[in-house]
Amino acid sequence: MGTSLSALVEAQEYGSIDSLVAAIPYAELIGVEGMQLGSELIFKLPKNPDNIGNPSLPAIHGGVIGGFMEVVAMLEVLYETKVTTLPKVVDFSIDYIRAGRDQDTFARAEVVRRGRNVVNVSISAWQTSEDTPIANARAHFLIKPVSAVAARS
Amino acid sequence: MKINYTQLMKAVIPTIRHCEVLGISTVEASAGKLKLAMPWKEDMLGDRDREIIHGGALTTLLDTTCGFASASALDPWGLAPTLDLRIDYMRPAEPRKTVYGFAEVYRKTTNVIFTRGIAFHEGEEDEPIAHCTATFMQLDKTASAGLEDWLRQFEVEEA
Repeated sequence: MGTSLSALVEAQEYGSIDSLVAAIPYAELIGVEGMQLGSELIFKLPKNPDNIGNPSLPAIHGGVIGGFMEVVAMLEVLYETKVTTLPKVVDFSIDYIRAGRDQDTFARAEVVRRGRNVVNVSISAWQTSEDTPIANARAHFLIKPVSAVAARS
Repeated sequence: MKINYTQLMKAVIPTIRHCEVLGISTVEASAGKLKLAMPWKEDMLGDRDREIIHGGALTTLLDTTCGFASASALDPWGLAPTLDLRIDYMRPAEPRKTVYGFAEVYRKTTNVIFTRGIAFHEGEEDEPIAHCTATFMQLDKTASAGLEDWLRQFEVEEA
């Protein structure tokens, strides 16, 4: 079983999103899947009864939507910055716009600014159409400068 | 109606599938306050090498804690959808230790309920793992219509 680190290096070298997702047990728990469209990453959270938070609607747990978007943000940072250590989340803020129905959910993230140590990311999640998001979020991650990582190998 | 909120939450949490998946359980509850527990589990890790729980599991714990603290600030008790939630991660959760979530309502207006909460290890409330603020929308009373009979089982005698 590969460690997180070797999965990261492999994913970045071979462009395998699946091995990145597989390196994060929580991402596997909720069922995150990654898709590469050209140079862009889109993520899918397939309909899953284990992710339900409101049995009467039924709706996906708001925490799962937040967790999904945090996973997506972190993977986007890994993919875009090519750092080979896991970024550390500093803060995460989410606005819930519509209830997340019991169906497939999609998300994409964008690095808004990459500083030396901190990366600002914005994330959007939707179900039927990207134009009608169910949630928007933003997050900050701490990354190790690449020079520090280069010393590792 | 005076309610035993701890009994009520012990009945409600097991009906929430994703809380069951994460092993979340009720510790204690009162009007506008709630404490939940979440055990360390290997499948909720974000960093497998360092055995650190992923922020997403903490988000679910805190959203649930703040959300039901809000529900218990309403009369009658009723679900309040999350408007927004912000989490500041202060330090990683320690491997193999239960994480507790505590939340309280600090302001309730006609439409909106303001809450704050922390995730922490027992006895380490002063050094939380995460701090959270979240706001919830108060639905109109018709949304909780039909709950009266169900709520009656948690009713206690007025002192």
